Amino acid sequence: MTLELIAYILGGLTIGSALMVVLSNHPIRSVLYLVITFFFISGHFLLMNAQFLAIVNIIVYAGAIMVLFLFTLMLLNLNQSDEPNSKNYLSLSAIIGGGSLLLILIAALRDEFTFNEAIHENYSGLVENLGNTLFTKYLVPFEISSILFISAMVGAVLLAKRENQQID
Amino acid sequence: MDLAFIIEKFSLVLLVFLISLGVAAYSTFFERKLAGWIQDRIGPNRAGPFGLLQPIADGVKMFLKEDFIPKNSDKWLFIIGPGISMFTALITSTIIPWGPPVEVFGRQVTLQIADFNIGILFIFGVVSMGVYGIMIGGWSSNNKYSLFGAIRASSQMISYELAMGISLITIILMSGGLSLNDILDHQKGINWNIFYQPLCFLIFFICSLAETNRAPFDLPECESELIGGYHTEYTSMKLGLFLFSEYVAMFISSAIISILFFGGYHFPGETYFVGNTLAIISILVFFAKTFFFVFIFMWIRWTIPRFRFDQLMHLGWKTLIPLAIINMMITGIIIAIYEGWF
Repeated sequence: MTLELIAYILGGLTIGSALMVVLSNHPIRSVLYLVITFFFISGHFLLMNAQFLAIVNIIVYAGAIMVLFLFTLMLLNLNQSDEPNSKNYLSLSAIIGGGSLLLILIAALRDEFTFNEAIHENYSGLVENLGNTLFTKYLVPFEISSILFISAMVGAVLLAKRENQQID
Repeated sequence: MDLAFIIEKFSLVLLVFLISLGVAAYSTFFERKLAGWIQDRIGPNRAGPFGLLQPIADGVKMFLKEDFIPKNSDKWLFIIGPGISMFTALITSTIIPWGPPVEVFGRQVTLQIADFNIGILFIFGVVSMGVYGIMIGGWSSNNKYSLFGAIRASSQMISYELAMGISLITIILMSGGLSLNDILDHQKGINWNIFYQPLCFLIFFICSLAETNRAPFDLPECESELIGGYHTEYTSMKLGLFLFSEYVAMFISSAIISILFFGGYHFPGETYFVGNTLAIISILVFFAKTFFFVFIFMWIRWTIPRFRFDQLMHLGWKTLIPLAIINMMITGIIIAIYEGWF
């Protein structure tokens, strides 16, 4: 019962902060709300006893990727005057598109919405179990995705080094 | 969950909080004394005997100064910034094991607030959060020097986090667990990690200097170029929190270095003691190790001049990360041979 209550409160907070990402009219504040949303999502992981996933979510998304977002936004120095003037038909089409996506998601996930009381008995998110699964059952996809990451990194380095720069 | 457990944890939290703050307060005093000693001066000696009341005088001064918020700043973020810095500096102390279990009023009390099975990763999570305090504070001040300081701080911390993380993989491989207790169990007596991983220690130590923004990596608050860096616009206790969080972070990272590489509360000959005697000696040993590293942090600050920014980036990306990767690969191969994989 307590767990269910915590899950509902956390869910409400997550949705609230996610809404604030969209509704906030300052880009930096949007990013900060997104960071808070990631923290709440990590809270959900903790409720499901997936400590490793929770902390990796914080380190990678909230700690690294969002810092880069913030970094870029601070350098861009956006003001009110830089905002593109949005037209009415654009927002109408956005509402229709988002609404249809919501409808499809609800239709697809309808049966999953019942809250499982025994969810804290789940140990799949702990380090040992996750490692065992990744290195036995899902070894090939895991290795392929690591190659994908390395190629992306090499590509980024190549793009950055395109011109011969001389720095002493 | 009984009442005694709650009281036990609550008093432990309070104790750790007070000790962290007290140690940080006296490290400001100790740092100034040490600076005086290194520069052949006397250092603070007016407040109380030997100047021992100096931290209190500093604190009172900070509180009594005018609290000023710049007109065009983002008010809320300006207030939140120093708070985040202080919070992230203090929260790491939750997972530090301060000593072996003590017996108080017939109860076994573990001297660790929380034992996660992801211990080390928790430290990384908190360290990566530490950037936000500086970034938010620097940006919301609406001052170009603050912004430069904030950007320098964040790029520096992101760069050195990588080398720090990769260097620690060797320690995790050797102890076979992410929890700090696993790492400590592996180095009983004088079987410390430093003897197996000297290179890893060097990389980790340099990275923790950079992560706590201590000299020679204190470019975010480089006075000669950036006035005060990210805290240029801050006054009163908000400035105090920023400066103070640096000392708390220094204390906590010294504690973590002594746990990871110098056996934490383990010491040679600990098998001759039992019970509370062992606990008290262990805690004293742990604090002695921690203060030794606090001293080294200060010694480096007053000895080595500041890096240039491109030198800092060069050291982080082109020296420390490759060294850490090579160290990790060699350790992995040796462990694989030792375990009989070939």
